[in-house]
Amino acid sequence: MPTLIEQARSNKPAAASILPRAIWPLLVGLAIGALMFYVIGPGMGDYPSKIVLIAGINIILAVSLTVVNGFTGQFSMGHAGFMAVGGYVAATITYYGSMKLFGSADPAGGVLSFTGGADKPTALARWGDALFIGSCLMGGVGAAIAGYIVGLPSLRLRGDYLAIVTLGFGEIVRVLLQGTHEQIQPWRVEDALAKPVYELAISLGGPKGFQLLPTYTTLFWVYLFVVVTLIICYRVKNSSTGRAFLSIREDEIAAQAMGVDITKYKVRAFVLAAFFAGVAGGLYAMDIGAINAGDLGFLKSFDIIIMVVLGGMGSISGAALAAIILTILPELLRNPPPVWPVGLVLIALIAGVSSYRKRFRWKPIIVIAIASTLLEVGRQIALSKGINVADFRLILYALLLITMMLVRPQGIFGIHEIWEILPGYARREAARNGARGGSQGGKP
Amino acid sequence: MPMLEVKGLNVHYGAIHALHGIDIAVEQGQIVTLIGCNGAGKSTTLRTISGLIRPSAGQILFEGKPISGMPAHQIVRLGLAQSPEGRGIFANLTVAENLDMGAFARSDKAQIAKDREHALTLFPRVRERLKQNAGTLSGGEQQMLAMARALMARPRLLLLDEPSLGLAPQIVQTIFKIIREINRDGTTILLVEQNAHMALEVAHHAYVLEVGRIVMADDAKKLAASDEVRKAYLGIG
Repeated sequence: MPTLIEQARSNKPAAASILPRAIWPLLVGLAIGALMFYVIGPGMGDYPSKIVLIAGINIILAVSLTVVNGFTGQFSMGHAGFMAVGGYVAATITYYGSMKLFGSADPAGGVLSFTGGADKPTALARWGDALFIGSCLMGGVGAAIAGYIVGLPSLRLRGDYLAIVTLGFGEIVRVLLQGTHEQIQPWRVEDALAKPVYELAISLGGPKGFQLLPTYTTLFWVYLFVVVTLIICYRVKNSSTGRAFLSIREDEIAAQAMGVDITKYKVRAFVLAAFFAGVAGGLYAMDIGAINAGDLGFLKSFDIIIMVVLGGMGSISGAALAAIILTILPELLRNPPPVWPVGLVLIALIAGVSSYRKRFRWKPIIVIAIASTLLEVGRQIALSKGINVADFRLILYALLLITMMLVRPQGIFGIHEIWEILPGYARREAARNGARGGSQGGKP
Repeated sequence: MPMLEVKGLNVHYGAIHALHGIDIAVEQGQIVTLIGCNGAGKSTTLRTISGLIRPSAGQILFEGKPISGMPAHQIVRLGLAQSPEGRGIFANLTVAENLDMGAFARSDKAQIAKDREHALTLFPRVRERLKQNAGTLSGGEQQMLAMARALMARPRLLLLDEPSLGLAPQIVQTIFKIIREINRDGTTILLVEQNAHMALEVAHHAYVLEVGRIVMADDAKKLAASDEVRKAYLGIG
């Protein structure tokens, strides 16, 4: 009889069948990224497309945190810390790397470029975007290493204790980064060239933040990474590693009894989430052209947690949707559009559908009517008094979360994906399993 | 040589001395039971064997190999699976996914599929519920799922922690019938039970635990006939 290892080897799929599976997410990412960059971005105008870009970065952050907080059930409160590590690593490599390679900290265009960059000081500078994207990946690796280092000792802790340790980690990162030396300004390239690399690596601007970074981030790069993050996290969820994560969330003792090395898998979840947070940090830094550790403290971590909780702990699509809503909402609040037309349409829809089904429903109609009226009254008051509603967004967030916890404590989608709660999903899934045949389909 | 040998096992919970030198031997192919009242140390013994608790002293040999102090996830890979007390099913995963988790330590797909069929034949009620979330099952069904899931690890020694806990008498009968069947198929079983009556009926050999010590060990039929056990655990005489 063959040993277990031999059997496992024979189950391994051939390289030829892996390759398309490995490549198509990248192709989809490239396509969606190009679509966003060439069609949707220009179609929306500068300001809205900036919001969409930030929404993309938030999607990466929220979805990656879902791996830890949602799948594995570990409450991490230091996600912004990983973002900061990744952001600073990426910013350092891009900024000082540009100086060393291209002799200037300005964005350089060329091959892989979407930034234009007409005058190229050197032939090397044609690779500016390659440097940028490589540094974002290095930021991810740096954050993943940080995740591993934090993970090993602290993931033996549970619940509240782990939350406190991760909170502490985020603050340590912030304090360390704020304690770095003055940055070497872009007009003093010779100074930067003269200094050894390790000295550059601690000249990150300190409390003033790391500024005047070349702005390479575009909708293309952000949405490429959004697609890749979404697909990787979804695949992980449905892999044996993902099952191990879920089993840890459900019952640690039983997971151990099934042969799951719980510390190992908790660390894996942290490393994976930290990697994507690091990449997001790089995209964020090179979008704004500056990164300041002071902005990436526990408040930022909470923002990400709120997205995950709102979307549903364990739902990738839920976290992504919540990230979009929570990015766009404050912008809408700046100059709130009237919502009562939407309310009217909703009421008409509910009234139509429910009377068609001969089960007329008053309750949702009344709730929507009252809510639309209140919102409109609030909007008129804000307009007449010249109040900026966006200033109150934290209060609104809090109200939103309290309402959410009362009405739907599991988040918008709970632990399910959007398509899993659509009607007919169970039926289609059963048909699919039936077609696969044999052991999956249960006989009644 | 017995399949599982526990020698002089001591366990401390902080300052509390829970087990005072336990000696147990489980012969291959048998059902061995540990009976005793609440707090006697039955579950502690089982959890120590499966690696969830570290012993402070003593030795555990599984097929001649020392396993005390080895982490739980490695012990499962040696062929020793546990159905934890209070069932410990994964409530938000489906029944089918729970069964898959049982085979987590394995990668031999073809044999896993066969074992799954076998487990579902033993527990037809579990088969009916494959698509449901495990948390929606009744207590008895959850117990059956926990046992089916433990079988998915293809253990040579199965540890069952209080399979009758909180179940209706009729379900208890069914569960014990299945325990016998599993044993007949060649799996050795170490059974921890408060329901001494049922446990002594199915077991070959039995140990009686009292406050962390083994006070009696004998053939299960002989123990069931002994005056002390009849009085203290079976409520007869």
